[in-house]
Parts: sequence; structure tokens; C-alpha cells
Amino acid sequence: MKTTILSVAMMLIAVLTYAQDKNKKMTFDVNGKCAMCKERIEEAALNVKGVKYANWSIPTHQLDIIMDERKTDAMKIKMAIVEVGHDTKELKATDEAYNSVHPCCLYREDNSDDGQHHGNKQ
Amino acid sequence: MNKYIIVILMTLLSGLAFSQEKVEGVVLDSEGANALSLSGANVYWQDSQTGVVTDFDGKFSIPYLKEFNRLIISYVGFESDTLTINEPKTIRVSLKPSNELDEVVVQQQRDAIQKTYFSPQNVITVNSDELLKAACCNLAESFETNPAIDVNLSDGLTGTKQIQMLGLTSPYLLITQENIPMVRGASQAYGLTFTPGTWIESIQITKGAGSVVNGYESISGQINTELVKPLTDNAVFVNGYANQNGRYELNTHFNRKLTEKWSTGLYIHGNKRTQIEDDNEDGFLDAPLGEQLNVMNRWQYQDAEKGFVSFFNVRFLNDEKQVGQVDFNPDTYRVDVGNRSLSGAEVWGSEINTRRFDTSLKLGYVFPELPFQSFGFQTSYSYHKQDSYFGFRTYDINHESLYSNLIFNSIIGDTRNKFKTGITFAYDGYDEIVTATDYSRVDNSVGAFFEYSYENLEKVSLTAGLRVDNHNRLGTFVTPRFHIRYTPWDKGSLRGSFGRGKRAANIFAENQQLFASARTINIADSGGSVYGLEPEDAWNYGVSFLQGFNFLNRKGDISLDYYITDFENQIVVDWETPQEVSFYNLDGDSSAKSFQIELNYELLKRLNFRTSYKFYDVSTDYKSGSLQKPLLAQDRFFINLGYETEAKENGSQWKFDYTLHSMGKKRLPDTSSNPVEYQLAEFSSPYNHMNAQITKVFSKNIEVYLGAENLSDIQQSNPVLGANDPFGPNFDTTIVFAPIMGRMFYGGFRFKI
Repeated sequence: MKTTILSVAMMLIAVLTYAQDKNKKMTFDVNGKCAMCKERIEEAALNVKGVKYANWSIPTHQLDIIMDERKTDAMKIKMAIVEVGHDTKELKATDEAYNSVHPCCLYREDNSDDGQHHGNKQ
Repeated sequence: MNKYIIVILMTLLSGLAFSQEKVEGVVLDSEGANALSLSGANVYWQDSQTGVVTDFDGKFSIPYLKEFNRLIISYVGFESDTLTINEPKTIRVSLKPSNELDEVVVQQQRDAIQKTYFSPQNVITVNSDELLKAACCNLAESFETNPAIDVNLSDGLTGTKQIQMLGLTSPYLLITQENIPMVRGASQAYGLTFTPGTWIESIQITKGAGSVVNGYESISGQINTELVKPLTDNAVFVNGYANQNGRYELNTHFNRKLTEKWSTGLYIHGNKRTQIEDDNEDGFLDAPLGEQLNVMNRWQYQDAEKGFVSFFNVRFLNDEKQVGQVDFNPDTYRVDVGNRSLSGAEVWGSEINTRRFDTSLKLGYVFPELPFQSFGFQTSYSYHKQDSYFGFRTYDINHESLYSNLIFNSIIGDTRNKFKTGITFAYDGYDEIVTATDYSRVDNSVGAFFEYSYENLEKVSLTAGLRVDNHNRLGTFVTPRFHIRYTPWDKGSLRGSFGRGKRAANIFAENQQLFASARTINIADSGGSVYGLEPEDAWNYGVSFLQGFNFLNRKGDISLDYYITDFENQIVVDWETPQEVSFYNLDGDSSAKSFQIELNYELLKRLNFRTSYKFYDVSTDYKSGSLQKPLLAQDRFFINLGYETEAKENGSQWKFDYTLHSMGKKRLPDTSSNPVEYQLAEFSSPYNHMNAQITKVFSKNIEVYLGAENLSDIQQSNPVLGANDPFGPNFDTTIVFAPIMGRMFYGGFRFKI
């Protein structure tokens, strides 16, 4: 009997962990180009409740996220990111949001990696 | 009854709201009755800012937006589906499996460089380029080009450089080596000279209250030294140095990467001085005769995949110094300490011999899945043995020390809220014999700390730490420390800090220079736990402002800071009576106030200019009244100019460096009760001290340098009071207020592969 309860409990825990990872890791594309973009993207992601870690890579345009799945999901993070003007694969920033970024961050014209160059200019 | 109605109404209302403004539905993996729901599918309006993810049952609910009518449903491994939606409704979507993966899984890359936020603490980093500006020779001499630290001679005999920050001497600083407390206890007086300059990779200087992570002892600041690492240091490095006064130094490094994970390095330092120098003709050596052998072996282990980093160090040191009268020969002229009668033929001399063994282990573990979470463990053991005599006085100290610190780093919520917590254990055993009196004792402490830090990326950051320690002599006490940084505008940074520090003063080890004098030593025993005295206890408060700027297209910055250290208790070292030195508990006020303004600017391309002005007000209530700290220049002015030619492809270039220290007058300890010939003025005269150095880099492998210290040839004429009668009542080598050595040229080379 005890073993049954235990195994049931274990299974439940396993299912729960599967369903709701406290430290769910994911990576997706976010458009941007420079250190200022990096700061803006990471801050927008961290402002979403449940996001624990955000690191956007200037050369690869990949955003690494660690989040609590019980509190948030990828789309919520993407919505927050497009709101500050950065396009993702699925969601696109409105022109209004896009134009709110610093002029030197307007990545749609030239979506290249100019992290180094830009860093010096600041 | 009313309640129910409300609940029903609410439900209805929300139901209505739902059906009017949302598109709801379920996403399935196929058509047909056996279809499984897809959780985690993306549902979003094309070209919009709005999207959702399906829940565990594959269900979703997305706001209906008039501006958009194309709803996209996508899921890895399935073909995306685009639906045209013109009104809020409930839908059922079945996706078709796709053969192509439309999302490429990118392997997680680890950042080579950790992101460094602006620190809330006032930290100055001295990097290796800066360290090369003063080529000679050890940690004590590495601060010549940095205005935050003042370097003075500690006495008239040993040539030892003593450092001060915020107007307080090094015992009030926490000096760590890779965050393990290093120069403390018995090594306080000479410890900085036991780290050869070439071993140093960088130095971090924290002004004011430090972090609670490394202990409770720091009062006016922290100095941390990072040593070169086997993995990143040159495979072979050789440095030779010689100066006009017969000081020779040799440094060799050998580093080897053994496997992907293991590397090791062997570092050997030797120095020697055999040449007798007595420029001021007082019959006393201007610099000690001596030699040092210092050998360190480091092991580095790195496994990035599993998240382990480890360092293991072993170091052995032997240092011998002989000072005193030029004719002194330790084998024949050493006085009989037991029998203090003199024949008249004695020669005054002193030897200071130190042996030290150090070993330390650092282990770091970063959770591979959670880059923000880590464990750190540091432990070290050292055995320090100093045997010395100064004329009639003998001073022997053995200090055995054990230190362990376990740190856990993680976050609260997200990476903007971090914390460090852990426990510290420390043991210090001292066998200390001053002439015939035994002051042996054992100190041990255990403590726990918690430090919270908040970083709002660019705007505000703060660090708040608290530690509680239980110490067999200091009791149980709480150490709070707090730092905040605020960026009011671009390139501006405003900082504030406060914190407490507490320590057991090692009165003899810290004031060893007093042994080489005729002064009698008095300790005003108050029944306290440390030499009969109370522990030292102080609060430090500070503010600073840093502003970066661009002027004529060149970068610069200006900084101002003001710090107050306020002592609740201090062990006052009173040498205001020429025949005595007294140690007693502070009765009244003692504070150190420091103001500094510093400007850094690139005058021309590759010509860097640094200047600073400092003002100190360090006053203590002595038994004879409130006085400024003796031998401290209240006003100081500093200039450093550095120029480099453009490096050619093979790395060849010239480097020029010039430093000026302008010292204001210093108050001298009272000598008015001495016979006239042994009296000194109330204040010393101001003077300028200049150093310059030229380095020629021939290639990435070899460079040579040539330099001069004390260009203006400033010398104190009488560093030894009563030099004509060293066994007499007026002998005193402690009142040193200017350089002893005159102008001195040196040269050296660096070879690396």
C-alpha cells in the first residue's frame, strides 16, 4: 500500500515537473543590433513576472531565457519584447513601438551585428 | 443570498466579456477522435504584438483584435496554420505534422566574459598595464601610480613601504589574495613585500566599507589581488631587474596546460641586495641587506560543461633582512640580550628573518542549467614564522592561520535581485614573544553572512550585507554594510556607503618599527581581551561622484569622494613622548576624514593624464590632547603622465611614464623634551617626489625598461635620531617623513613566450 502511494506521489511529482518547470530554459530569436538593444531586450524580458534570467547575444541575436513556467510562457515574454520595439519570429513590433527605440538601434534598416562599433561610439 | 447574486452576476459578466472580446479554442495534433492536445503551441495575430501559448490541455484564449484578422498557430514539428478570423469565436485547430524542423535548436553557448554591471561599491581596478608603470618590485610598490593609496616608508631602517588608504594604515584595510585574507596578523608589517609584482594579474581597490562576504575586519577599505592564472599566463616568462643600489630581482614563470581541464604553473622569485649603501653618512644602512626566495605552484582545474572551476596553491617563502649600522656583523657583534651591560665596542644591528608556508584551495561550482546559481568554497592554511631582534630587543612571532569560507550565490525572482550567503570559519594561533614577555594566544571565530544586491541594469544598484560573528575575544557582534549607486544622467555615477568593521589589533606586529628605538613600551591594561585592551571598532561612511565626459573628442572622467571613519574604540599608538610608546584604549574621539578629487583625461592620442588632490583630517584624542596623526601629509597632490607610441604589427612600441607626488608638511611626533641636538621641528617641509620610466617593447616576446626613482633627489638627512649613540636614550628610527634613498636608476627586461 505504502509503495503504491509513494509511486503515485512520485508520478504526480514527475508529471508536475514535466508540466511546470520552475527553471525552464529556452532560446529564441529577437531582432536588434547593439549593446543598447541588448539592455532594452533583457530588461523587457526580466520585467515579465517569472523570468529569472535573460541574456541576449549581439552576434547571434538569440535570447536565452530561464523562466518559471508556472508563472509565464514564451509568448508573454515575446509580447513584452515587441512592446519595447524588438521583433520576434512570431510577433512584430508596431511602427510606434519600433520608432521608440534609440535612432542608432533601428535594426530593420540594417539588421547586422555592430555591437563593437556601436559600443565605441557611445 | 445577496452574495450569491453577486457571484452569479460576476460570472455572467465575465462570461459575456469573454465571448465578446476573445478568440478561444483548442489546438490538437491531428484530426479525428484520437487527437491529442498540443500544449505550448504559439497562437498569435500575424504582424501584431499579441500572442499566447496553449495551456496544458492545448487550450488558448487570445484577445480579438479588429486590426488583425490572420491568426497563426505554430508548433515545433508541425506545419503552421493561418486562419482568417473576423469575429470573436471558439475554434478547434488541428495541425499537420511537418517533416521539416522549422526551428533550429541552437546549442547553448556559455559567455566567455561575465557581464559586469556597474558596481555599487567604489572599486578601482588596477590592471596589468598600470602595474607595469612601476616596474619594481612587489605588491607594496604597485600603488605608486594610483592616487587612492598612499605609499610611505614605515621606518628608517628596513626600507619597507607601508600603504595607507583614507588616511589609515594597512591594518585597517582588508588585504586579500583572490578573496582570501592574506596580509594580516604576523605578516602585517612586511606581508605586502611577499607578493612579487610579476605574480599580480590585477588589483581591485574598494574604498570605504567593503563587502561582508570576506569578513568583518575591513574598516577603511579592501584591496584584493588577483594572481596570474596557469591557463592564461605566458608559457614562459622571465623578468630581471637591477638597480644602482645593488638590488637584484629575478622572476620566472612556467605554465603548462596538461589536459583540457588541468593546467599548472610554477612561479619562482628571488631577490638579493648585498651592496652597502649609506648615502647620508649616519653610519646606518639606508636599505637592508637581504635576500628572498619565494616559490609558488598553482594548479587550475576547469570544466565548463559541468560547471567546475578550482585552484590549488602552495607557496613557500624565505626572507632575510639585516639592518642597522654599516659595520654590523651578526656573527660577531650581536649584543647579549640577557646581559644588558655594554663594553662600548658594540655595534647596533638587527635581523628580521621570515619563513612562511601558504596553501589554499578554491572550488567553484556553477549550476550548468542555472548560470546565476553557484557555490564557492575557499580554504587556506598558512604558517608564518618571524624571528627578529632590534639591538637589545627580540621579537619572535609564529602565526598559524586557518580560514574557510563557503558561499552560495543565487537570485530572488530574477537576476536583478541576487544574494550571497554563507558561513566563515577562522582560526589564528599566535606564539608571540617580545623580549622576555610571552603574549601567545589563540583567536577563533565562526560567522554567517547574507548579502543582497539589486541591479536595475543601468539606473540603480545597491548591495546590503549583514554578518554575525562569534569570536572568542571580540564576542558576538553584527557587521552591517551598505552600498548604493545611482546614475542620475549619462556617464554620471553617484555612490554612497556605510559599514562597520571590528578587529583585534596586533599591536606589536603592526608597529614593529617601534622596536628599533630606545622607547619603552607601555600597555595601559584595561582588563580587555586583546593584550589587555579592547577590540577596535569603527564605522565608515562615504559618498562619491564620478562623471565621465568627452572633451574635444577625447575621453576623460572626474571623480570626487569624501569618507569619514569614526572610531568607537581604537588602540591609540601614542609616541608623543620621545622616550616612550604607549598603547591605550581610545578615550574621546578619533576620526579620519578624507577628501579626494581626481581627473583622468587623454590629452593627446595615447597621452594619458591623471591628476588628483587629497586632503586628510585624521585626528585622535591622545592623553596629551587632540592631535593630527603624525607623519601624515594633510595635503597631497599627484600627477601621472603616460604616453605610448602606436604599436607596430609585431607589437613593438615605446612607453613613457612620469609620476609626481607632492607632499604637504607632516606633523612630527613631539620631541621637545629631548636634548636640543635630538629635537625636530614641529612640522616637516613639503617636498616633491618624482619617478619616470621608459619601456621599449621590441616584440611580443621581449621588452626592456629603464627608470629612475626620486628624480629630484629628496633625502631626509636624519632618518635615525641619535645615530651616534644607538644604545643611548635618544635612539629613534621611527620618525621618517621623506625618502632615505636619493636619486636611483634601475633597469630590467621581460621575456615571454
